[in-house]
Amino acid sequence: MKEQLENIRREAMDAISACGDVKELDALRVKYLGKKGELTAILKSMGGLSAEERPIIGQLANSVRQTLDEAISDKGDKLKTAALDAKLAAEKVDVTLPGKTRPLGSRHPLNIVLDELKEIFRGMGYTVVDGPEVEETKYVFDMLNTDEGHPARDEQDTFYITDTILLRTQTSSVQIREMLAHKPPIAIISPGRVYRSDAVDATHSPIFHQCEGLVIDKKITFGDLKGTLEIFAKRLYGEDIKLRFRPHHFPYTEPSAEVDLQCFKCHGAGCPLCKGEGWIEMLGSGLVHPQVLINCGIDPEEYSGFAFGIGLERIAMMRYNIDDMRLLYENDIRFLSQFR
Amino acid sequence: MDLSMKWLNDYVKADMPIKEFADKMTMGGSKVETYHNMSEPLSNIVVGKVISLERHKDSEKLWICMLDVGKDAPIQIVTAAQNLFEGAIVPVCLHNSVIADGTKITKGKLRGVESNGMMCSYAELGLTAGDFSYPVADDGILILNDDPDLDKMPIGTDICKALEIDDTIVEFEITNNRPDCLSVLGLAQEASAVFDTPMNKRAPEYKTAGGDINKELKVTVENTELCSRYMAAMVKNVKIAPSPRWMARRLRASGVRPINNLVDITNFVMLEYGHPMHAFDLRYVEDNTITVRNARQGETLKLLDEMAQPVQLSPEMLIIADGKKPIAIAGVMGGEHSGIMDDTTTVVFEAACFDGVSVRRTAKKVGERTEASSRFEKGLNPVNAEQALKRALELIDMLGCGEIVDGIIDVGKGDYPPERLTPDYDRVNELLGSDISKDEQQAILKRLGFEIDGDEIIVPPTRIDMHLQCDIAEEVARIYGYNNIPSTIPKLSSQGKRTEKQKIEDKMTQLALSLGFYEIMTYSFISPKDYELLGMRQEDRQSVVIRNPLGEDTSVMRTSPLTSMMEVIRRNYNNRSLAARFFETARAYFPKGRDELPDEKDYLCFGMYGEGEDFFTVKGAIEEMLAKLGADNAEFSAVSDDPVYHPGRCAEVTMDGKRLGMLGQIHPRAAAAFDIGVPVYCAVIDTDILRECVGEEVKYVSLPKFPAASRDLSLICDEEVTNGEITAIIKKNAKHLEDVRLFDIYKGEQVPSGKKSLSYTLTFRKKDATLTDEEADASVAKVLKALAEIGMTLR
Repeated sequence: MKEQLENIRREAMDAISACGDVKELDALRVKYLGKKGELTAILKSMGGLSAEERPIIGQLANSVRQTLDEAISDKGDKLKTAALDAKLAAEKVDVTLPGKTRPLGSRHPLNIVLDELKEIFRGMGYTVVDGPEVEETKYVFDMLNTDEGHPARDEQDTFYITDTILLRTQTSSVQIREMLAHKPPIAIISPGRVYRSDAVDATHSPIFHQCEGLVIDKKITFGDLKGTLEIFAKRLYGEDIKLRFRPHHFPYTEPSAEVDLQCFKCHGAGCPLCKGEGWIEMLGSGLVHPQVLINCGIDPEEYSGFAFGIGLERIAMMRYNIDDMRLLYENDIRFLSQFR
Repeated sequence: MDLSMKWLNDYVKADMPIKEFADKMTMGGSKVETYHNMSEPLSNIVVGKVISLERHKDSEKLWICMLDVGKDAPIQIVTAAQNLFEGAIVPVCLHNSVIADGTKITKGKLRGVESNGMMCSYAELGLTAGDFSYPVADDGILILNDDPDLDKMPIGTDICKALEIDDTIVEFEITNNRPDCLSVLGLAQEASAVFDTPMNKRAPEYKTAGGDINKELKVTVENTELCSRYMAAMVKNVKIAPSPRWMARRLRASGVRPINNLVDITNFVMLEYGHPMHAFDLRYVEDNTITVRNARQGETLKLLDEMAQPVQLSPEMLIIADGKKPIAIAGVMGGEHSGIMDDTTTVVFEAACFDGVSVRRTAKKVGERTEASSRFEKGLNPVNAEQALKRALELIDMLGCGEIVDGIIDVGKGDYPPERLTPDYDRVNELLGSDISKDEQQAILKRLGFEIDGDEIIVPPTRIDMHLQCDIAEEVARIYGYNNIPSTIPKLSSQGKRTEKQKIEDKMTQLALSLGFYEIMTYSFISPKDYELLGMRQEDRQSVVIRNPLGEDTSVMRTSPLTSMMEVIRRNYNNRSLAARFFETARAYFPKGRDELPDEKDYLCFGMYGEGEDFFTVKGAIEEMLAKLGADNAEFSAVSDDPVYHPGRCAEVTMDGKRLGMLGQIHPRAAAAFDIGVPVYCAVIDTDILRECVGEEVKYVSLPKFPAASRDLSLICDEEVTNGEITAIIKKNAKHLEDVRLFDIYKGEQVPSGKKSLSYTLTFRKKDATLTDEEADASVAKVLKALAEIGMTLR
């Protein structure tokens, strides 16, 4: 009987190790360990053994059962793992095939730039204000010290609706409306579209966008203007950027300054981008002319302020290397989809 | 303004490297655009002398010429020129020289004979016959033997130096407020201030030859408003001749063509003093009378310009007339007979102050914006008029080209007290945020030509831009250096928050982008024909009209964002982009009264085309967006009479009775009119209304604790019945209804013709207990009963 048990163990172990699938393994379990299995049959026939033999054979039989049990269980785990591996291998995908998505749209490059400007100035405490594009001459010219007879008012430069209504040539009109509507302190930017009678070409458009800024408070200085615009330029172009303030003339500011950016491509050495000058004209600015304050009912003895105006097209074109302004208004999806 | 550096150096020493000059002037407020040397690209051309001339033995035309060019040994050049002679002084282009057209000259052989360069003509030096005060050959070598300055050009001298074309020309951008800088003296004053070097200026001096101008000429100013001062001087026995080289060259450097000494003097003075002058030939001043008056209706004048047609004058124009007729348009241009001819003997010089605005309008009207008019239009100073006139007489004297009659006629002469200002030096620092001492501020003002008189400063007469403390601050700041003023940051008490409107706008944009729409920006003026193409109703075409548009295409302000959208889709479709989704936050303009500003409204406009797009994708996008804005109970109702849209695929979107917008397929006729061959779907949403519809802040609703039960219903109804009607009935009748969702629409064999089948899933739930099957069934039964009333049955 002992020999019989050893035979069963050997035979069963061989069969288990040779077994290749779960079904077969189940059959083996039934064959050896099932109710009618070989090992069970031996255990049942143990009644005919002597009292001395019985515990020894009993022990052996249990050990064989345990061994087979474990072997079958181990094998079962192995077979399951192998089956899963095979299944996963069969499910392999070509990861270089295109992903499935619902494509997103993208913001127009001019608005990408404007969003950035808004964020910078809001961070400094400015409010963004809007105003009409079809405007009265008094807000665009008269109250901004640009009297009758000033060349900027010429029909050849400005679109008129009537003698006193026009398409605004600058968003400074919004500043006037703001000063008339609110008492200082004022800190605003007024982005928007403006109109000038220029024929369309690579560098001109009769419609373009400005973002003007205005700060009015007690003791606002030219130094404040400089500091503010320096921060603005650093936020937009990085900490290393350099500005220079160059005297200029605008009817609505005094002193007036044009602000040049050191060319970010050649760092001032001169290159095609900056036309060899090392500097790129970026914006116009100045201290608000006292007459403009008076026009808006603000006492220039008590308050002072600064204003600046930035062209969005210029910034966007420089940033994205856009060499033709028309692209911005043609809205070709092959152009628009390049921005993010 | 083109400035000759030689001319500038007559008045102020500015001999630093030109780049330094340009940079510092720019930073001082006189912006330099460019600079170049007048002689460019000439190089390596010298004055030479012909020592010998010999025929080339193999050619009848060629000469072998030995030249002294100031070197150790003479050089040999072979030439085809026939106007040479032994002893001729000529320009010699040496080996490796460059002539005016950029051609490089090198040595070589002509018919076997060595030639070490060439001799050249005036044209090859970039000059014209007018640049010489003596006759020069048009085709042949420039012969300099008759040159009055021959003694100043020894053999071997660089030709540019010899002919005084070695001048640097600096081009300035002069701003409107500084007409004084449209002159050599004005810029010299700036240079003097910028480089802190003294200005060398003196009052003009001249000798007169007796007589009395008042006996020879009568001047009357009828319109003293437009002519505040009129001065005249007279020169007799003038000798018309070419100007000396220094004068001709300075004019040329300034972009003015030299003509003759008298004309050149007027131009020279205009450029030097910034005050335009005119010279009349007394023979053509009838009755020896000059009247400054408005033109009379019907008067004409043929101008000095070579224009064929006489100019029609009109009564608002100020003119100069003689006893009979107009002879010049004041401040703009003289008439054809008023100019100086070769046989002119007596000249009247005019220096006057005409009203700037009037000159500008007249110049524009007659189409002659001249050097003179562009100076007058900025407003000129009467003190400077006198200085300019005297400078002209000084030049007459200096050049010896006539006898100056005693006396100057001066109509409208005033005292012209200089403008005085009282600077508040502390205020200057307060405005600038600087700490510049009073002494330093005064020193800067002095450098700019201001006189300090106690507490006051005296403004130079040509500085018409100085009135206020801020003007003084700018003067101090620009010379002190804008970039030397410390930068500070204002402490703002305001907060940079977004308004509610802006928050919603930003959110709408983000939603549109995430729904796959590309943002576009279009022109807000359009062609009125676009309305026609789109088929818009007449009453929707009432536009704000631009009085002076660039063209028909951009002549009216749009009343709808759709025309621009269609234009963009047309372009993309034509560029063979197969599909696209676009959106724009676009403004439209609606006229009100004639002198009233129009209403401006912002719309959110969507446009899409291509595979997969249909009415329901545009509707889906709008629904999604409205849902995320919390405007979730918008209703869509069919519209069949909007001419812009497909009559069967158009809906109006409303919420709480407010009209939010329209959406649908653009009418195929309109799409075809825009040359778009595929269906186009658009939506236009009124952002003002949208803002009113945006939901309140979200309040969290607790998650359901009890299970839901669902029932599917497949219903058969007439084809005309809409989903909207059915869901309304379901919602009204189903108790405990949580959601109703359409999952199938069927038309076909299993359904009688004229009918359709719609299948819905109804989900029921109770908040406070588990819903029983009986409750769900009861609710469904009630719904079915209600549906049966309008003839709908279960399939």
